[in-house]
Amino acid sequence: MLQKNNKVDQKNSKLDKVLNQVLRYVGMVLIVLILFGLILLISGSDPIKSYQDIFSYTLGSRYGFTEVIVSMTPVLLTALAVALPTRVGLINVGGEGQLYMGACFATWGALTFSHLPGWVLLPIMILLGMLGGAVWAFIPGLLKSLGLVNETITTLLLNSVAPMIVAFFVYGYWHSPMDTNKTAMFVPAARLPRFFNSRIDLSFFIALALLILFWLLLKYTRWGMEMKAILGNAQAAKRNGIPINRYWIIIMCAGGAIAGLAGMAQVSGFFGVLMAGFSRGVGFMGFLISWMSFGDPLAIFITSFVISVIMTGGNYLQLTVGLPFAVINILLAFTLFIVLAKPVFLQRKVA
Amino acid sequence: MSLLAILGVLSSAIFSGTSLLYTTLGETLHQRAGIVNLGLEGIMLISAATGYRVAVETGNPYIGILVAMIVGGLTNMIIGFLVVTRKANQLASGLATMFFGFGLSALIGRDYVGVRITPLPRIPFPGTANLPLLFASLFRFDFLIYLVIPVAVLIWWLLFRTRWGLGLRAVGENADTAFASGRNPFWIKYQALGIGGMLAGLGAAHLSIAYTMNWSQFMTGGRGFIAVALVIFSKWHPLRAIGGALLFSGAVAFQLMLQSSGVRVSPFLLDTIPYLITLLVLIIWGGTRKHAAPASLGRVYQGGQQ
Amino acid sequence: MGDINNELDERILVSMQGITKTFPGVLANDNIDLDIHPYEIHALLGENGAGKSTLMKILYGFYGADSGEIYYQGKPYQIRSPHDARGIQIGMVFQDLNLIPALSVAENIALFLPNLPAVLNHQQINEQIEDVSKRYSLHVNPNAKVANLSIGEQQKVEILKLLLSDAKLLILDEPTRVLAPHELEGLFIVLNKLREDGYAIILITHKMNEVFSCADRITVLRKGRVVNTVLRSEVNENDLIEMMFAKRITSVETPEKQAVDRSGTPVLELSSVSTTGEGDAIKLDDINLQIFPGEILGVAGVSGNGQKELSDLVLGIIGSSGKKLINGENVTNRSIPVVRKKGVVYIPENPLMMAAIPFMTVLENFALTNTASYIRFGGLAMDWGQIHKDALAAQEKLGFDVPLYTIAKALSGGNLQRSVIAREMSRQPELIVASYLTRGLDVQSANAARKALIRARESGAGVLFISEDLDELFKYCDRMVVLYQGRIVGVFTPEETDIYEIGHLMTGSEVLYAAEE
Repeated sequence: MLQKNNKVDQKNSKLDKVLNQVLRYVGMVLIVLILFGLILLISGSDPIKSYQDIFSYTLGSRYGFTEVIVSMTPVLLTALAVALPTRVGLINVGGEGQLYMGACFATWGALTFSHLPGWVLLPIMILLGMLGGAVWAFIPGLLKSLGLVNETITTLLLNSVAPMIVAFFVYGYWHSPMDTNKTAMFVPAARLPRFFNSRIDLSFFIALALLILFWLLLKYTRWGMEMKAILGNAQAAKRNGIPINRYWIIIMCAGGAIAGLAGMAQVSGFFGVLMAGFSRGVGFMGFLISWMSFGDPLAIFITSFVISVIMTGGNYLQLTVGLPFAVINILLAFTLFIVLAKPVFLQRKVA
Repeated sequence: MSLLAILGVLSSAIFSGTSLLYTTLGETLHQRAGIVNLGLEGIMLISAATGYRVAVETGNPYIGILVAMIVGGLTNMIIGFLVVTRKANQLASGLATMFFGFGLSALIGRDYVGVRITPLPRIPFPGTANLPLLFASLFRFDFLIYLVIPVAVLIWWLLFRTRWGLGLRAVGENADTAFASGRNPFWIKYQALGIGGMLAGLGAAHLSIAYTMNWSQFMTGGRGFIAVALVIFSKWHPLRAIGGALLFSGAVAFQLMLQSSGVRVSPFLLDTIPYLITLLVLIIWGGTRKHAAPASLGRVYQGGQQ
Repeated sequence: MGDINNELDERILVSMQGITKTFPGVLANDNIDLDIHPYEIHALLGENGAGKSTLMKILYGFYGADSGEIYYQGKPYQIRSPHDARGIQIGMVFQDLNLIPALSVAENIALFLPNLPAVLNHQQINEQIEDVSKRYSLHVNPNAKVANLSIGEQQKVEILKLLLSDAKLLILDEPTRVLAPHELEGLFIVLNKLREDGYAIILITHKMNEVFSCADRITVLRKGRVVNTVLRSEVNENDLIEMMFAKRITSVETPEKQAVDRSGTPVLELSSVSTTGEGDAIKLDDINLQIFPGEILGVAGVSGNGQKELSDLVLGIIGSSGKKLINGENVTNRSIPVVRKKGVVYIPENPLMMAAIPFMTVLENFALTNTASYIRFGGLAMDWGQIHKDALAAQEKLGFDVPLYTIAKALSGGNLQRSVIAREMSRQPELIVASYLTRGLDVQSANAARKALIRARESGAGVLFISEDLDELFKYCDRMVVLYQGRIVGVFTPEETDIYEIGHLMTGSEVLYAAEE
């Protein structure tokens, strides 16, 4: 009996918590919209019309909505690439570099085995992309396990190296006869299949599947439980006989592999070519999304979606209001600032 | 390839290294006070754009430089508020500021792409005035270049020879001890961010107003991140940062020199060398357990005992 | 002696009256009165956890007292922060030294100098340091980096720092904990000279020889209360030991001990094991011990003398030279999972830090040391039904009743310890490493925990039993060793020794005598 009552109580307090959370987010969104509205106003655009445009395009039109999904795919993957290592207490700021390496390896596959049919070539490219990202994440994972260098610094440094390796191959060997900074268009067999008569490709479904796998891993499996232990108290986990060094390396590599997959998806699905410097912070955005979601799978999905609505809307704003595309980063940044600043009046009451 | 070309490369290394060095000095201050600032990229972009725009509007590059500095310091206050006052995660706050910079600089510089400005006067390097014109023109630098090494020395002096610097380093090492000695770690962190931001702004101003004399989106090209790597590479020391900045920008020079002697090496691979050296250095330090990093780097200071 | 007595009659420098301080679940200071006179070295003596450090941190403004007052030269004075304490010239050297390793000696001292000029004049600072260091023979190189100094030298720097920052009452928290014998003598000379110059010194310690080497008065604390304040001349060592370790009444029936068969293979054998003592870890020096099946080997010692390192070593967390055999198998420097598979279980001193994951439930924590045996579908899921059954069974065997679905962090200290004991005992242990098994347990649970050990012994397990509670050790151990500064300084059976001999060894007084002979 007593336990049942407890459960009811818990449910009530859970509802309270959810309500509180919702209020919190509504408040945050309002602040962000007002701030960015001011920026729009100053730069001579009508904020209300701009917001109308953004939302009617992204959420109100079929094409716009599919574009949101398209831009959501890579950040969903890179967020997952950060969230996974977070679960064993590792800070992977290297999604950007791992993404580049994934794209690099996958492109090598696409160019080398271009004569193979798609059902052989694509799996090869996916594996290569994951391998590329994993290799790039293995270095920081290993250095951390050996107690030599903190993984944050290593991943940051390697972020700067990876795009140069891509540039080296693109400019030096892979560029098409017409361009110096990108490869020729991939053969159709090397392109991820698209769905719904839109630019949504297979990688979106892979990302969703991985997200669900991530959730299952954490919730049900032995490894998820041991990871939880490492995150909760590495000292105790070690003393309880959990091989934490092995976990650090493997999980870091797994995170890298997912970021690498994002890179593969970008070149094979979205662009269809490999271009030097093709990513402007997709990996970093993944870090921020994962950080804001506390590594929670559902929160990652929702946050990625919201961020993608903003980015896609920004793209559209460029056409209608004539603002530079990059301006939408301000809206993103305001969102991040508000979350980071944890405004006092919006804070959850602590019992 | 001639001597002239090689000197040309050296000259351009000095030009591009200057903005890097200013920014590195700024980041040295941040990190010495215990803050990793990944927002430099954004701060530089905002400063570069604002400085350029002001220089165009006023026709006076000096005012542009001044404004760029102030803007750099002010933008850093956002990070200060998040990281110091609200005790937010430093990496996330920095990256958010980076995106902010991407956006705001694009907006500020929107109508100024390709607009011409009054350049800074270039003063010949002492002793090069009598060289043949072609050579002499390579050694005419603006005042920000002449100033950068004195500034590095000044930062060194501030950090290691003044009470203020001692307090700042103490905060970066152990904020609790600094607090116990009667200092206010919050306030000192803000000061470091303010001055560091101004230095980053100065670096950005040199990039847009003095060196390229141009504004374009994403023009900093990762300099903010290079600065972070450079700080580590130079072991958090302002004077060593001079060499570090030259190494980074000299990699390009080296590559061109190699090309001139018939060796073909990709410039991109050469560009990775400084990062790889930095990583190697870190591994060696890790192996010998020698830590030069400020001990409380990246940590949140919760405040004194209540 | 007469001189000192005259000085004691002078007005009181600082007086603490009725100080009480509680931490969650612990009464650290219970209505404590303490007077400090100028020109005296006052020793605060007591076991770990007696409340010495807490009391001094209150005086230094690091903690606020729940109740009680502090008087400075007869007038009430509010101390809310270290800053206030320094205002009446109180300075403290903490147990874990508070220097910044990356800065030089001079910089560390300069940080605390009053009236430091805006532009540092290193020469002048160095001169200031040299002045004082000459006077008290506290020689250190002002330009050396603190990171490169030995602990003894760092201590000198801390004392210099206090003197230069104008402190008149110096609180030293176990300053000798990490000093070598020759450094120790030097410190006492310095302290004596300081006293002659009018400083008052409070020395926190649990070592008898220190008290007799330099203290004028001694206040003994036990369990947060003052047992007595006495003049050094009025007491001998046995008096103090009795005050410190007063017999505790525990209503436990003495277990029957069985003769241990020491002819077979020992469960655990350490031969010439030494560690390097990285960081602030204690260096274990040439440890030799054997535990046979069915034997409880007690490790007596004041905590911080290498107990943590010893249990870490057995478990495989730190590496070592020498040889470590478990059931005759060489497992020197093998990883923890390997050691655990050999039947080693571990009950640590601080379960929330070293055994349990704070935000996991008791049930989840139960499964952690043996996840592999509860997997289904090759690890894709866990057999929670079986875990539940086993956890219940394990608790029932010991008579515990810890809620299984509460997170570890929400448990009381006793329940947490119970949950860990139940988990570890359910693994059919062959070797049990138990540190401070009964710390934080009520009498009933403590007895249950001890019974579990005895039952394990009866079924042939060996036990490494680390404790500070001498009664407990005497009652349950088949043999005991005394650990002092990382070395085994004595091996006894309980029958051939007594609490005084062990007490001497634990507090290091015997060691000093041995050195003098």
